[in-house]
Amino acid sequence: MLALRGGLPMIGSTEMERVECIVVGGGLAGLSAAYGLAASGHEVMVLERGDYPGAKNVTGGRLYLKPLQAIYPELWPEAPFERAVTRELVTMIGDQAQTTLEIAPGKVSGQSPQSHTVLRARLDRWLAERASDKGAMVLSNMKVDALLREKSMGGQGRVVGIRAGDDEIAADVVIVAEGVLGLLSTKAGLRDGPGPRQYALGYKEVIELPAHVIEDRWHLNAGEGAAQLFMGDITKQMTGGGFLYTNKESISLGLVVGLEQLSTRGDDLESWQLLDEFKKLPSVQPLVAGGTVVEYSAHSIAEGGISQVPQLYGDGYMLAGDAASLSLNALFTVRGMDFAIASGFYAAKTAAECLEVRDTSAAALSSYDSRLRHSFVLRDLQTARAVPHLLENPRLFSHYPEAICRLLADIYNVGPGPSRKLSSRVLHALRRDFLSIATVKDLWSLHKV
Amino acid sequence: MQVDAKLARNLFKLDKEPHITIDQRVCATLCTKRACMAVCPADLYELDDQNQMLVNWEGCLECGACMICCKNGALSWSYPRGGFGVQYRLS
Repeated sequence: MLALRGGLPMIGSTEMERVECIVVGGGLAGLSAAYGLAASGHEVMVLERGDYPGAKNVTGGRLYLKPLQAIYPELWPEAPFERAVTRELVTMIGDQAQTTLEIAPGKVSGQSPQSHTVLRARLDRWLAERASDKGAMVLSNMKVDALLREKSMGGQGRVVGIRAGDDEIAADVVIVAEGVLGLLSTKAGLRDGPGPRQYALGYKEVIELPAHVIEDRWHLNAGEGAAQLFMGDITKQMTGGGFLYTNKESISLGLVVGLEQLSTRGDDLESWQLLDEFKKLPSVQPLVAGGTVVEYSAHSIAEGGISQVPQLYGDGYMLAGDAASLSLNALFTVRGMDFAIASGFYAAKTAAECLEVRDTSAAALSSYDSRLRHSFVLRDLQTARAVPHLLENPRLFSHYPEAICRLLADIYNVGPGPSRKLSSRVLHALRRDFLSIATVKDLWSLHKV
Repeated sequence: MQVDAKLARNLFKLDKEPHITIDQRVCATLCTKRACMAVCPADLYELDDQNQMLVNWEGCLECGACMICCKNGALSWSYPRGGFGVQYRLS
């Protein structure tokens, strides 16, 4: 690696400090990249603006582990996960009734759980320690102020390093894992800035509850966890929903709402009050009763899908994780952290290969793009390409949850007078809420998903 | 629970300088929507009695929603300097 230290790039007249690879941002994408590069013997420096890795990160959240089976398999058995999710619940909330659908393991035992709940301040700090063990230099309290690009004829040239305060550091390759807002990469012209149509706002409370209370409330064995999604009136006709994840000794309870609709709505509720209304629902209140709010956090989420993913590489740089909009809201599954870890892994593989042949040009780094295209990351985003459009349909978040709750309430109803036949009650409900041109259209849009 | 009480549960390291500033001329003349007020999950934006937008940046959760939604360019929004701003201990 020292052989690369010939021909130092000059900016102004001063020689810059130089490393093989700089990673901007110590989140899961950046740390995954640093771990991989350091493990293959390369010099890598991670710059993280928070007090420690994870200090600026927010998840819902859970991490799907199965996609990561082939990615750093040695790491995950030791990871500080909160609970292994064994119960999946979807609660639909209507005016008169609410109903919950549940998926839990059947009789066959020994199935490994698909996902684990996590808290980022713990998970990211742990991954940073693993990367440091391998030799990566992880520096906290270091905010990168700019990506440095070489001046070239007819525009901006190669990314040659970063500026942090008064310091400039040169690198053969810069892995930009700066997070969802993409401020630096936008300023450097590597991607478009975020717009409200493709983004949602997620905000949540971490509510402390004793482990045994959590296990009682969600019918869990010790160490097992539940994930519960909420659809319906809570988002006031806006795209989005509520979520609840059980951690070891707390729950993460929050909302995700489309920014375009949140910013243009007409009601008088403040955005933070939506979360309070959600907590007061008869179906939610008993779940959080007796708990203590210990943290309140918020984060933007890229929901534009594959069409929002920018050019992922160029001369001297690669984009990874949220900075590359690698996240997917597929209604029942919400993913991003597995994509972040995988993109960091492939960025590290690509960087290591390119550093060995001393070529970090766009042509050489293009194998990052093909790696991601052959992996689950871009394949799953491609498969779900119709989902962002579906999410713009407000009926999905208001009419259908309401209609399903009404149908069930009708079936279970015993009134004062003589009852109608069950079949006629069902038919009546179907005719009322599901037999319409709009539903046919919605079904049509659903078949593409 | 009021939003101030929620924010009081967080750890903030306050810088001397704000990381969000508002161009009052642009804000007053070009904006009719007040999207920043509608989206901010920490309720940091308020209009004073002269109808000037104020931002209590100290309680910022750094989600960037206001910056994404402000289409007139009235907001200059950057992350706080290294080591400053909200420091999540869990989340």
